[in-house]
Amino acid sequence: MTGRHGLTGTGALLHLAVRRDRVMVPAWVLVMTLVVTTSAASIGSYYDTVASRLALAASIDTNTSLRALYGPVHEASTIGGLTAWRMLTFGAALTGLMGLLLVVRHTRDEEETGRLELVGSGAVGRRAPLTAALLTAFGASLAVALFLALGLAVQGEEVAGSLALGLSFAAAGCLFAAVGAVAAQLATTGREARGIASAVLGMSFLLRAAGDAAGEKGPGWLVWLSPLGWVENLRPFADERWWVLALTGAAAAALAGTAYALVARRDLDAGMLPARPGPARAGAGLSGPFGLARRLQRGTLAGWTAAYAVAGLVLGATAEGAADLVEENPKVADVVREMGGPQSLTDAFLAAMLGLLGMVAGAYAVQAVLRLHGEETGGRADPVLACAVGRLRWAAGHLVFAAFGTVVLMLVGGAAMGAGHGVVAGDITGRAVSTAGSALVQLPAVWLVGGIALMLFGLWPRISAVGWGLLTAFVVIGLYGPVLHLDQWAMDLSPFTHLPKVPGEEVTAVPLAALTALGTVLGAAGLTGLRRRDLG
Amino acid sequence: MTSAISVSGLHKSFGGTHALDGLDLTVRTGEVHGFLGPNGSGKSTTVRILLGLLKADRGTVRLLGGDPWRDAVELHRRLAYVPGDVTLWRNLSGGEVIDLLGRLRGGVDGGRRAELLERFELDPTKKGGAYSTGNRQKVALVAAFASDVELLILDEPTAGLDPVMEEVFRECVVEERSRGRTVLLSSHILSEVEALCDRVSIIRRGRTVEAGTLSELRYLTRTSVTAELAAPPRGLEDLPGVHDLRVTGNRVHCQVEGERLDPLLRALTRVGVLGLTSRPPTLEELFLRHYQNGRAAGTGTGAEAEEGAGAENGAGTGAGTGTGTGAGAAEQEGAAR
Repeated sequence: MTGRHGLTGTGALLHLAVRRDRVMVPAWVLVMTLVVTTSAASIGSYYDTVASRLALAASIDTNTSLRALYGPVHEASTIGGLTAWRMLTFGAALTGLMGLLLVVRHTRDEEETGRLELVGSGAVGRRAPLTAALLTAFGASLAVALFLALGLAVQGEEVAGSLALGLSFAAAGCLFAAVGAVAAQLATTGREARGIASAVLGMSFLLRAAGDAAGEKGPGWLVWLSPLGWVENLRPFADERWWVLALTGAAAAALAGTAYALVARRDLDAGMLPARPGPARAGAGLSGPFGLARRLQRGTLAGWTAAYAVAGLVLGATAEGAADLVEENPKVADVVREMGGPQSLTDAFLAAMLGLLGMVAGAYAVQAVLRLHGEETGGRADPVLACAVGRLRWAAGHLVFAAFGTVVLMLVGGAAMGAGHGVVAGDITGRAVSTAGSALVQLPAVWLVGGIALMLFGLWPRISAVGWGLLTAFVVIGLYGPVLHLDQWAMDLSPFTHLPKVPGEEVTAVPLAALTALGTVLGAAGLTGLRRRDLG
Repeated sequence: MTSAISVSGLHKSFGGTHALDGLDLTVRTGEVHGFLGPNGSGKSTTVRILLGLLKADRGTVRLLGGDPWRDAVELHRRLAYVPGDVTLWRNLSGGEVIDLLGRLRGGVDGGRRAELLERFELDPTKKGGAYSTGNRQKVALVAAFASDVELLILDEPTAGLDPVMEEVFRECVVEERSRGRTVLLSSHILSEVEALCDRVSIIRRGRTVEAGTLSELRYLTRTSVTAELAAPPRGLEDLPGVHDLRVTGNRVHCQVEGERLDPLLRALTRVGVLGLTSRPPTLEELFLRHYQNGRAAGTGTGAEAEEGAGAENGAGTGAGTGTGTGAGAAEQEGAAR
């Protein structure tokens, strides 16, 4: 393949990519747009005067953990300025994630599965797949920018600022798409490429957080080592610094150029990093369905546990500061009390955050259970079940993780939250223990979610993804119910509503026992169905 | 002779599709049994019922003296299965998968495992995601051949293997038979079945259309004759049981039904035979006959092929475009079924 024909077929591949992503990308754009616009609307309703907004910004500036999480407030007098503060770092990171996922999906994943070989045997240039993938990611990033800017402008926010906020997301999306492009050349599997690129994204977030936390008194320059720090310094709604876009654009171009250079130097299917060989013999632990399930699930659980430890620490450390912020605004305080209980605002905040960790642990439970479905439809269950392994024993290996992995997550998340709170408020050990105990209260609802997923998998495997839909509904009820003042019967549809709000409230056994029993019954129904139905 | 597998009147539907429509299959202990059929004819569905992964709607199924649905776990200790499309766990190495599957069945023969890795030229340290299709297949084959079992169920196991590895596979199957193990080999690769199998069952649309030893099945079809004669022959088209006659100068090519061979040879020798080749039909022809007969209208795809006797008959049957002898073929096949 010569350079001249290196791009042949890009159009066709781009068309294919757009078609394959016709649900995923619009969903991503829609969610990002909705989150930012509703956030602007709620900031507008809770902080409806300039004075209240300036007061909020003043307290944020004195709170290190909030600055680490969201960055400094560059402009507090407008709703747009506060929205930019609240959304920019996370939104840019999420758009970056979208960019890198898209590029790896259309390059290394395709190559790994062998589909690229099929495509590549047609009239397709060597650089065409990478070009099509980058164009897809750039297009999706710009779509996020466009819709988000439109959404904000329609709500009456300043047009230049709205556009700048959108473009800060898009710049991160494009830049991390280019990071994904390089990672896809280095690694031999899509999973590894996503790992490398996400690690770069995570590093960027941490550097920016450290720099922002340090502020003017410390090593604030750390921010400039991070692409997320750059886009933050576009400063939407606060005398935009448009030149930042040139900086990110140049970095993205340099990374993309590196990826192209690597493409030209390597063989199909090969990576730049050597593929790590595995052991030639299985260890003693890999000897039964439990051993297999442990190998398949442990990496995921380790990742979730680490994330829960970090999230718990950060949420715990911000608890006091957040409670202070909330106290200044009675409307917000009402919402937090409704989510977290009528006790002290700090306790209410902690209870609300534990509830959040519980709902997210529901996602862990669903994915651990539906791993069974993935093994079945992926053809990896057949070889195991064709050995002397009964269906229940096969399922049990994975269900152990759903049942007890969630216990680990809540214990770690709760303990970390207590410890983080303790760093600020004193008594690290005591708070870690007591908050870990409070976190366990979430488990009956988490298990019920897992039980629903197991029931669907056992009885109606084709619609087992409905488990995700139900969990999403529970999360929406839990997060937005109090804000939207939903009727009690609607709130009661979510199992998480029935949990006592601890720390603060009295723990009663009846709802916990009832939820656990219901989860067990649904799970048992699923297992009965699994024993009786056709597999595959 | 006892049966390792006996299936009769097996029915299985998925929604509105009848995957199996009264299938019969008998595999005797110690034999290599070929299970032949085009894609979508129900081979894999049958195998999955034999493994207890699917539940039969109707019919009786016995596997190693037990009920494959009810006694699945016990029976699976005594068999090994190789799927046609092997998918592996991407974070497990090939060696780990071989050991895991062996342990799940009740043990791997370490010496045999090492020998098989060598013969199949398989690197056991690669991760599942890094193997090619053929290498994934080898992982499953090594795991199966290294297990101490009575019955091997192989569902199109050689799809991704190159010719050299295909040969290694054949040697392994022959060794398994010499150890007294039973093999059910589902395939649509006819040379493979022809080379390896003692008996064959041919299925189409979920129904067994023929079963028996290769010589029994050949009885149902014809002999392919090519002759170089002293002069152009006459009147051959009037002989009963002669099909697909082609005369080019002094050269004759035709298919003849087994019991009609004698009159044909007499007719040929009357003209004077300079050269003669006759051979039994390949399994290819057997198979194409059943396959093509199933099509509503013959497409004549096999018509130009020298060896495509069955295909040509099929086309004649469907479209009615054949000569007089073609119509004869249709009658004869109707009777055979």
